Amino acid sequence: MNEELKAVWASFFNWVMGNGPRPENEVIPAEPPPALPFTQKPKDKYSRFHEATLKERYSQWLEIHGLHLFSVLYSGVSVLLCIVLVSLLLATVAELPPFGHERNPANNEVIERYVKHGGRETGAQNIVAGLILDYRAFDTFGESSVLFTAAVSVLMILGASRRNSLKDDSKPHTHDPESGILQRGPPLMHHDDAILRGVASLSIPVILMMGCVVVINGHLSPGGGFSGGAILSTALILAANAYGFGKVHAFFSERTFIVSSSTALMIYALSKGYSFFTGANHLHSIIPKGTIGNILSAGLILPLDICVGLIVAGTLYGFYALFSEGDM
Amino acid sequence: MTNIFAFNIPFVSIFLMMITAIITPLVPDRNRLPEKLSCYAIGIVGVLSAYLLYALTNSGQSIAFNFAMGHYPAPWGNELRAGPLEAVLALVFSVSMLLSLLGNFSSTQEDIAPARRNIFCVLVNLLTAALLALTYTNDLFTAYVFIEINTIAACSIVAVKEGAETVRAALRYLVMSLVGSGLVMIAICLLYDLTGHLLMQNMHSAIQVLVVTKNYMMPLTVSLGLITVGLAIKSALYPFASWLPDAHGSSTNASSAILSGLVLKGHILTIIKIFCRVFGLEVIHALRMDTVIFILGVLSMIMGSVHALREKNVKRMIAWSSVAQVGYIFMAMGLNTTAGVAAACLHIIVHACVKPMLFTSAGGLSNAAGHKKGLHALMGTFYVNKWAGLGLIAGACSMMGVPAFAGFASKLSIMLASFDSQFVVWVIAALALSSVLNALYYVPAVIVIMTHNEDARRNFTASAPTKLYNFTMFMFLMLNFYLGLFCMPLLRLITRGVNVL
Amino acid sequence: MLEKLLLNHYEAAAVILSGIGLTNLLLQRNLIKKIIGLNIMDTAVYLFLAAKGYVEGRAAPILIQAEGGGWVTNPDVYVNPVPAGLVLTGIVVSVSVTAFALALTLRLYEHYGTLNIDEALMKMTEQQEDIEAKISQAEEDVLA
Repeated sequence: MNEELKAVWASFFNWVMGNGPRPENEVIPAEPPPALPFTQKPKDKYSRFHEATLKERYSQWLEIHGLHLFSVLYSGVSVLLCIVLVSLLLATVAELPPFGHERNPANNEVIERYVKHGGRETGAQNIVAGLILDYRAFDTFGESSVLFTAAVSVLMILGASRRNSLKDDSKPHTHDPESGILQRGPPLMHHDDAILRGVASLSIPVILMMGCVVVINGHLSPGGGFSGGAILSTALILAANAYGFGKVHAFFSERTFIVSSSTALMIYALSKGYSFFTGANHLHSIIPKGTIGNILSAGLILPLDICVGLIVAGTLYGFYALFSEGDM
Repeated sequence: MTNIFAFNIPFVSIFLMMITAIITPLVPDRNRLPEKLSCYAIGIVGVLSAYLLYALTNSGQSIAFNFAMGHYPAPWGNELRAGPLEAVLALVFSVSMLLSLLGNFSSTQEDIAPARRNIFCVLVNLLTAALLALTYTNDLFTAYVFIEINTIAACSIVAVKEGAETVRAALRYLVMSLVGSGLVMIAICLLYDLTGHLLMQNMHSAIQVLVVTKNYMMPLTVSLGLITVGLAIKSALYPFASWLPDAHGSSTNASSAILSGLVLKGHILTIIKIFCRVFGLEVIHALRMDTVIFILGVLSMIMGSVHALREKNVKRMIAWSSVAQVGYIFMAMGLNTTAGVAAACLHIIVHACVKPMLFTSAGGLSNAAGHKKGLHALMGTFYVNKWAGLGLIAGACSMMGVPAFAGFASKLSIMLASFDSQFVVWVIAALALSSVLNALYYVPAVIVIMTHNEDARRNFTASAPTKLYNFTMFMFLMLNFYLGLFCMPLLRLITRGVNVL
Repeated sequence: MLEKLLLNHYEAAAVILSGIGLTNLLLQRNLIKKIIGLNIMDTAVYLFLAAKGYVEGRAAPILIQAEGGGWVTNPDVYVNPVPAGLVLTGIVVSVSVTAFALALTLRLYEHYGTLNIDEALMKMTEQQEDIEAKISQAEEDVLA
């Protein structure tokens, strides 16, 4: 018994080490005549598959199939995860309060005050504007800071240091076929297009006016700083495309962008800081609320909308310029 | 709160950092003025937080207070809330941030291109502001907004050092973080729909009603699960931590120290607040989330160390060790008692002090070895930069849990907290195994740096460490010993803070 | 359950959309497609919020002028304004994150010539191996 076990163990050990007996149906090639010592080639590791040890075989197998197996496994797991998540969420949605019902938990005393006293307390006809720029102004300040964070990050990543590294490249955009690394040429030249210029000269004033109206009427109608700023930025982008970036740079350079958005955000922070401070300490705020429905009403909401509009217009145009030109 | 000055400190410190961040792009980039400005601002925040802590512990009245952001009271406007726990954390975060910046003052200059230094300071200020806001906020949606600031700023201080590797690491970090943000956002929407509030305390009372009446239990469980998983991805709990070693290992030393020591903590703190202040520990237990957190924490402790064992690069090794340490925090939270949460908070503080020290000393040592990061290249560097060597040794002892070092205090408090819970055997086994695993990779590192290596020593061309570096390491060491030797008053303070969270 | 799902069909659609977005974010190898997946997910959340703010038969939350002058401030007239505010914040966050992710992607493409993050990893390892081989070769040369 003991001997048998030993024999089994020995054969297993040999198999693991790759020295085991060959399968019976394998054709063993005739032994080549022994070569002279100096002509003998070193043994190729992979041509004699059965001689490799288990570990070598595993690493060889992993080299060939590992990446594929990993990607298949990863896709399988993530598909499964997504299916589980979606079905879980669907089951959740079925349990949620019914759609559009007026007695849902969300329609509570909080909403009641926003609607009932919102006009009187904030002076804004647009309840949402009063909500985001007065009741919950800290969230909105954080949100403008998110945009500011992204703007400085993109400026850092695509800005000055990248320009310096790309400047001496005068070749056009090509792919180096061997390394696959992109050789970047000079920025795309602006094409003088008569139709684009004609359309732009007609539409830019209209777009600018539309943007200003949306910004300034933020407390009276749908819109406000973010949407108005986005409209204003399209005018800048159109101008850059029609007349070339140089024309826009003349009045809106990187420095102008940094100075204007920092200043606008600073005004935002200081004025909101004032109202947070007075509010928390139960002090009287000197800012008049005005009459609902007038342009000059709603206390700080109008100036804040203008600040936010400036930040958003500059940032969105800045993103466009940095992505297309690597410059602004 | 009768002390008007202390009452305004949470608001003032957040706004001070925000305003510093906003004016930094306009500051001329001469004599490293932006960095000095950031350091002063963070220092002022540290002093203010210390005063707030003093005022809170010495006031006889209610120990936590709410601060309405604006003219509208609680459920209508945003709110901040400060108690002893928040004050301690703000103090620790600002001190640790300041020391991370000071200790890596010269390596920052070497690693970051001049055109980017200004923006690096903006990002550091924004990160500090976001951390303070996450510490003090009492509103779930404000927390979401500042989590996003934290995420973007954290990814871009990874990419602040030029190079292909950092860009790849930052992208990986960003993609993982965005999955987390998406889940958190869905969960917040669900919670708003169920409770009709975004303010944490009002949500708490609404959830209590739902639990008592057994309404909407399924959506409640799902939203808790989503928010926990989303924040766990951002705070690098094990199965979701694959992004961490790349991001923390490849960036400049100051970034690594800030990311590992502080940014992860902001997200963990948010989870703690959601558990204690929004849901309440009984509800967490009823929804079985404590067991999930506990298991994931133990897994993270073991697997983080196992991965660290296989690393040859010293910074990546320390980064994986962060995963293990995050596991400790989650395991302590999984005990689901006040003592457990207090122990988790103590470990947050300990890790926020020790991990920046480890990264700073690793930076100093690899600087001494001529910017090589492989462990074998650091042989004998202890004798070139003694303070960095001492820092690494103290950090290693702390991570292993040697008595008198900071890590010992928090491990002890986790163990003490576990005696009341069902998991006591598991906690002790996991702590023992994890300490052995920590020793398995920190002890060789210490031995390597202390091995005499005359050949290499002649080749070391590094500049001598600056006085500022030595001073910072000294401060880190003092902090470490203080936490290790006198942690009991701190633990009592934290427990009081957790009770009024 | 199906009945309830039909009742909440906007939310159900939002949830399915966010699942599609998440699948894209996890499965796509191409970073641009990943970012598109992210945007689908965000949009799904806005749809969800917009559906949650709606109340049957009520007007948009902008004060309406009453007939005899003054303003209608009856809470039963307007829909819930809070989700609109949340959607606004969500949109700005998503714009910022998208721009930042695209900027990083552009840099990755300039460094590696690929939009696939795994391929970039492979190229980086190859480059490192090349460098290490060169260093060891140089060391051998010096020794020789």
